[in-house]
Amino acid sequence: MSFILLVEQILNGLQFGIMLFLMAAGLTLIFGVMGLINLAHGSLYMIGAFAAATVAGYTGSFVLALAAALAAAAIVGAIVELVVIRRLYDKDHLDQVLATFALILIFSEGTRWLFGSFPLFLDIPDYLSGPVTLPGGIQYPLYRLFLIVVGLLIAIGLGALITKTRIGIQIRAGENDREMIAALGIDISRLYTLVFALGAGLAGIAGALVGAIQSVQVGMGEPVLILAFVVIVIGGIGSMKGALIGAILVGLTDTLGGIFLPELLKLFTDPATATSVGSSLASMAIYILMGAILIWRPTGLFGAKS
Amino acid sequence: MIAERYLNAAILAIFFVVPAWAWWANEPFTITLMTRAAIFALAAVGLNVALGLGGLVSLGHAAFFGIGGYAMGILAFHAQTVTPVMEWPFVIEGTKSMPVIWLTAIVLSALAALVIGHLSLRTSGVYFIMITLAFGQMFFFFSISWSAYGGEDGLSIWVRNDFPGLNTLQPIQFYGLCLAILCAVLWFTSRLARSPFGLALNAARQVPQRVETVGLNATRLKLVAFVISGAITGLAGALFADLNRFVSPTMFSWQMSGEIMVFIIIGGVARLFGPVAGALVFVALEHFLGGLSDYWLVYLGALLLLIVLFGRGGLIGIVSGREKAHG
Repeated sequence: MSFILLVEQILNGLQFGIMLFLMAAGLTLIFGVMGLINLAHGSLYMIGAFAAATVAGYTGSFVLALAAALAAAAIVGAIVELVVIRRLYDKDHLDQVLATFALILIFSEGTRWLFGSFPLFLDIPDYLSGPVTLPGGIQYPLYRLFLIVVGLLIAIGLGALITKTRIGIQIRAGENDREMIAALGIDISRLYTLVFALGAGLAGIAGALVGAIQSVQVGMGEPVLILAFVVIVIGGIGSMKGALIGAILVGLTDTLGGIFLPELLKLFTDPATATSVGSSLASMAIYILMGAILIWRPTGLFGAKS
Repeated sequence: MIAERYLNAAILAIFFVVPAWAWWANEPFTITLMTRAAIFALAAVGLNVALGLGGLVSLGHAAFFGIGGYAMGILAFHAQTVTPVMEWPFVIEGTKSMPVIWLTAIVLSALAALVIGHLSLRTSGVYFIMITLAFGQMFFFFSISWSAYGGEDGLSIWVRNDFPGLNTLQPIQFYGLCLAILCAVLWFTSRLARSPFGLALNAARQVPQRVETVGLNATRLKLVAFVISGAITGLAGALFADLNRFVSPTMFSWQMSGEIMVFIIIGGVARLFGPVAGALVFVALEHFLGGLSDYWLVYLGALLLLIVLFGRGGLIGIVSGREKAHG
């Protein structure tokens, strides 16, 4: 259990957390502005990854692949919003859950129909592969470092978009009082489509970025979606800051728990038991964290007090 | 338009007539399909107590379904390998007896529902949906990493468990057991809905403040409903595992939670026979559409979308012409 391993695992947790943030940010934005719970957000993540893998397969360009992921997810998001989602805003949560569950079935099976059941592969480009040496002589994969940097840049950009621009002001106004901003002459349904497409695009980018270190396959989105829900529950619904902090907390807990819990238990029991019990506990760690935060603050760390 | 009462009778009649015909015509596969429908119906009747009566949109009921399944799997596994389940602080032996397994499944899933419900009911609305979904996923990952009971591969049970006086290896006899349980639980939930508890729960779903004002604890009413709901779904899980003689983490998957909810929606929320009709339609679609196309879930998705967007009240609502289930 060395210092180098610790730093590596912290960076891995950070990378995982940042990617979760891209998912959670879109979800929390969509919930905050439209009051919609969107289970199909994981499908948009998958669509981004498949679009990226397809374009990378034809052109060989990673940049084009990322652009395709963003575009495909945002366009599909906008179409879905126009055709289905906007009929759900004034329905109750149960209908929203079911309709978006139906969308998952359609997207997942549709993708399986088009691409088959075998995973696709998205390669890390040469200029981003290989290790990089960090201060202190720690070797770390360049691509994972790239994910952290890109994720943080997107987070900063998103923050600036929401706090500094006109569209951001409209989004925040939409969260507080949608009748009022409609009365001020802002086309609320266009704003909704835009917010949904923005969230979809973020999910698509995340799918493409993560797709390069995991395989691109049907059903890849839902486990991430559920973790993003945990992030939102921890951070507080509708809070961008909560989503960022929650995501990093979940990323670190999951990564560090998987490594250190078995090690910690080895101090008390024999190695075999410690490994099996430790890995079982580690798989539950983030949910235990969620339970603990719920007892402490039922509306999440940064949620509005109800 | 057909009155809901006659429609319910017709649905129940299907559960008696089709297997009887299949038994006479020596079509055991049809009996197995009907057993599957009856067990899914039971799981959905369980969820309907929380969802329909209590208004609790739980997306984590696979947790209870899976706990029931693993209760059966673990007890039967120890019985077939002749090893004790635990030796300390007291010895628990495995068993192949269905009543004991059912009781274990009910008690364990009720306990899990008590803990999950206690935590999840601290919140409401969309938080509740996300939290129940997350807790369901917790059990999924736990079962995958629990290598003592097969981990990702699951557990196979060689011979179906026993019920005193019956030969459960005969498909029709096992079906009879499942149908009897389904009918008993349907009777129980219809009584529950009309009991003082059910009426108070109905009020708590609509206006919690009003219930609090007359001195009832709305959260506790919902928690009790959630525990009953989890226990019924857990029993369904034990039966499902016995039908397949196999348990695996799939029973804990979030898709399972979604499907149990889909049964209710296809049939109609908060209707006594809604989940039963929905499970029957689901199994029929799975069999017939699944035979036509590997991608039949696309059609299920489209059907579900149409029902949610245009057909409030599910199939029973559409056929009986009464959209609202709550009076």
